Amino acid sequence: MTELSPKFKYEVAQEPGGEGIKLCFACGICTASCPIREIDEGYNPRRIIRMVLLGMKQRVLSSDFIWFCSSCYACTERCPQGVKFTDVMNAIKNLAVKAGYIPQAFIQQTQILEQFGRLYEIDEFDNKKRAGFGLPKVEKAKGFTEKIFKITEIEKNIPRNV
Amino acid sequence: MKYALYPGCTVLGRGRNYEMATREVAKILGIEFVDPDDFECCGFPIKSVHYETFMMMGARNIFAAEQKGLNICTLCSACTGSLTEVNEHLKGHFDEKTMIIAQLKRNGINYRMGRNIAIKHFTKVLYEDIGINEIEKQVKKKFSNLNIAAHYGCHYLKPTDIYINPEDPENPHSLDELIRVTGANSIDYSEKLSCCGAGVLAINEDLAYSIVRPKFQELSRNSTDAMVLICPFCSVMYDDNQKKIEQKFEEKYDLPVLYYPQLLGLALGIDAKLLGLRMNRVSTKALLEKIGT
Repeated sequence: MTELSPKFKYEVAQEPGGEGIKLCFACGICTASCPIREIDEGYNPRRIIRMVLLGMKQRVLSSDFIWFCSSCYACTERCPQGVKFTDVMNAIKNLAVKAGYIPQAFIQQTQILEQFGRLYEIDEFDNKKRAGFGLPKVEKAKGFTEKIFKITEIEKNIPRNV
Repeated sequence: MKYALYPGCTVLGRGRNYEMATREVAKILGIEFVDPDDFECCGFPIKSVHYETFMMMGARNIFAAEQKGLNICTLCSACTGSLTEVNEHLKGHFDEKTMIIAQLKRNGINYRMGRNIAIKHFTKVLYEDIGINEIEKQVKKKFSNLNIAAHYGCHYLKPTDIYINPEDPENPHSLDELIRVTGANSIDYSEKLSCCGAGVLAINEDLAYSIVRPKFQELSRNSTDAMVLICPFCSVMYDDNQKKIEQKFEEKYDLPVLYYPQLLGLALGIDAKLLGLRMNRVSTKALLEKIGT
């Protein structure tokens, strides 16, 4: 509780998807609907919103639990205030990445996408198999994803593994 | 009826059976697929870490279809959600669309401003464009002895505010109706609308497996013949990882998991081999014997 950032909620609200955070009146239906919370009490949507509103920026952005959201949208659908908590979580995670916190899995995924344009490489071997099953050939990706990563300068926020 | 088929990364990498069954079913029902060579990842995996990139990846795929004047048919529910979200956003923000087109152009990716298109999950193409009545006319076999558990997954239904024609996410019916048209019984069960947990698989495997367990437990208690789903991510959890989950919790489920087009394909009289039913991880042999295929 030593370092509070009272403006944190405005930072979250300015991110795409984060706008709804200030509408929360803490009813807790997000938490009651959350399948992750059912398994792991360390993940609690209502508490995360409170922490943001209280300005606990460091605690939130550096935590492991913000990455536990499964993106199921149960909270978003049931929220009486239109907070859209799934989108708020994306806003928080985007801020965490900008602050230098990113799970290894996302660094790996980003690299794979940059290299192949897809999460899985489809090579000649796959295409031979596909042909055997009567499926059309999948062409190699044309590097659009890689170019987009350059346009948005994604490497400024998402480091590469060396 | 013509669509640009957007299989998405996971179907190409791990869901050949889904793609095969989809193409076979489409042939019989008069759905024509075009396979553009310039589709790449929809952007979903990047959404939580770099929103701007997510938006541009989705937009570029949409532009690729716009140039061809084709609506997109998706197979993966995560792709459906992502592309729909971006598509609806761009429809309402002409300035942003113009800006992304200009940004891409400056970097050698040339798309003209195109007419808006629609994004539709294959299940919705079946349900809305073809319709239950038309499908019923083509059904050759009825499986009245099968109890099927529909698994809708999350992104096929939610968030409802991005979809043009959303279903009630607490009480959806399209997949149940599509199952019933094959003569099978679509069972009611308490875990029907639960999340598959694939969204956290890469972050916390134990957590992801714990989420799917109650559904497996319930379905093995009430002797369901098979689960039917419509998303390759869900299939990774329920079919590909079923053995691992059984080992983790020292339980036995033995629950065949089919993609909906595989079930429909059987009802349309398509050979099981052409529907890729041998590629499903959990054996479908006993199920096929039960329906005499």
